[in-house]
Amino acid sequence: MESASISAGQTTAVHEHHHGPPEAHQSSRIDRQTLGILLFIVSEIMLFGAFFASYFFIRVVANQGAWPPDPYELPVAVAGVNTIILVSSSFTIHWALEGAKKGNRRAMQMGLTATWLLGATFLFIQINEYLHIGFGAQDGAFGSIFYGLTGLHGAHVFVGLLLLTFANIRAYKGHFGTAAKDHLGVEVPGIYWHFVDVMWIIVFVTVYIL
Amino acid sequence: MKITEPQMFRVVVLVGIAMIPVVLLAVVVHPIAGAILFGLEVGTAIGYLIQRARSVEARDAEVAPVPDDGVHRLLVVANETVGGRALFAEIERRLQGEEKSELLVVCPPLAGSAAEHWSSDIDGYLPEARERLEASVAAMRAAGLNVTGRLGDHHDPNQAIEDALKVFPADEVVISTHTPERSRWLESGVIERARAELPQPVTHVVVDLEGEASGSSE
Repeated sequence: MESASISAGQTTAVHEHHHGPPEAHQSSRIDRQTLGILLFIVSEIMLFGAFFASYFFIRVVANQGAWPPDPYELPVAVAGVNTIILVSSSFTIHWALEGAKKGNRRAMQMGLTATWLLGATFLFIQINEYLHIGFGAQDGAFGSIFYGLTGLHGAHVFVGLLLLTFANIRAYKGHFGTAAKDHLGVEVPGIYWHFVDVMWIIVFVTVYIL
Repeated sequence: MKITEPQMFRVVVLVGIAMIPVVLLAVVVHPIAGAILFGLEVGTAIGYLIQRARSVEARDAEVAPVPDDGVHRLLVVANETVGGRALFAEIERRLQGEEKSELLVVCPPLAGSAAEHWSSDIDGYLPEARERLEASVAAMRAAGLNVTGRLGDHHDPNQAIEDALKVFPADEVVISTHTPERSRWLESGVIERARAELPQPVTHVVVDLEGEASGSSE
């Protein structure tokens, strides 16, 4: 708070009733967890936004001919299947958290394992796509932005898989309970995973469909 | 405000559903048609998020408990109207008959424009606000009131009130604003939020500075 105290002629009781300011480095209007995840998501949106801005600049302003430039072709069907796989994983992580909340350990473990497998499959298919797509990141602006955008997302999937690996290990070791504070280890990776899914839907539609 | 997994799951489902017509339009009609719909949807989503960010949910404010020590404490929150006669009259009326009383005047400075507000560029407005506050506090003190003054959070008047109530356990709160046609605080629902969030009774005083100025010049 911007403050400039003007002392009164008489001694006031303001300081006598001081019950202390909010905890250090913490706003009283927003808790640390929410602020942290908000800052993270905002920074991620800006990061992806920069790549999308580059993509649209290259495609709309700098590009004169067809898109993708000849002779390149994007494997839309494979990417579509990959999209379905990744979106499915949002349902399985949600199932896992619902299991954790209801004390259904088996559902939580199955949900987390299924999410990890679906995420790994997505990443495997994407790497396979890179190997067979017929152009590289060095093949002009198109190749650079294609690999930049999809690679940035792939890196996020990889980080998500690491988080899910830890969540899986903890789930099978008997961690996590029904109380909200006891299943944060599932909820936080879940929030991240959903964010990664949303970004992929937008990347897929922008790069492969439009 | 919280971000939860179920909320994010709903976002995934919503985005997925929203993209189906975009894909269909792009594939069946033309990619440009899909791109237009995509742009409209993104614009709608951004508009919704801005609207949601502007309407802050009311919650219980964290304030210091009011001690039972026989001292009547009054928190007054005002910016440009801090020197208004209507506010002064209301303060005197509220403290009339109180044996022991304390008054804290909080003056959250206002930025001149939305850009200055969001970039916290209020340096130019602080001296004016401090001057108004000092003059008002001096006048109240001259009237025999036991008063302290401070500048408050410029970004959110409700935050300034809550911050003050953490250290000043007021029995009641008086918020002074301009008339409805001129007041930005009234437009952003400061009074309604204070009444919803604070355990103390909240009194709203409208100060018509122009009216008071023309009245005194007659």
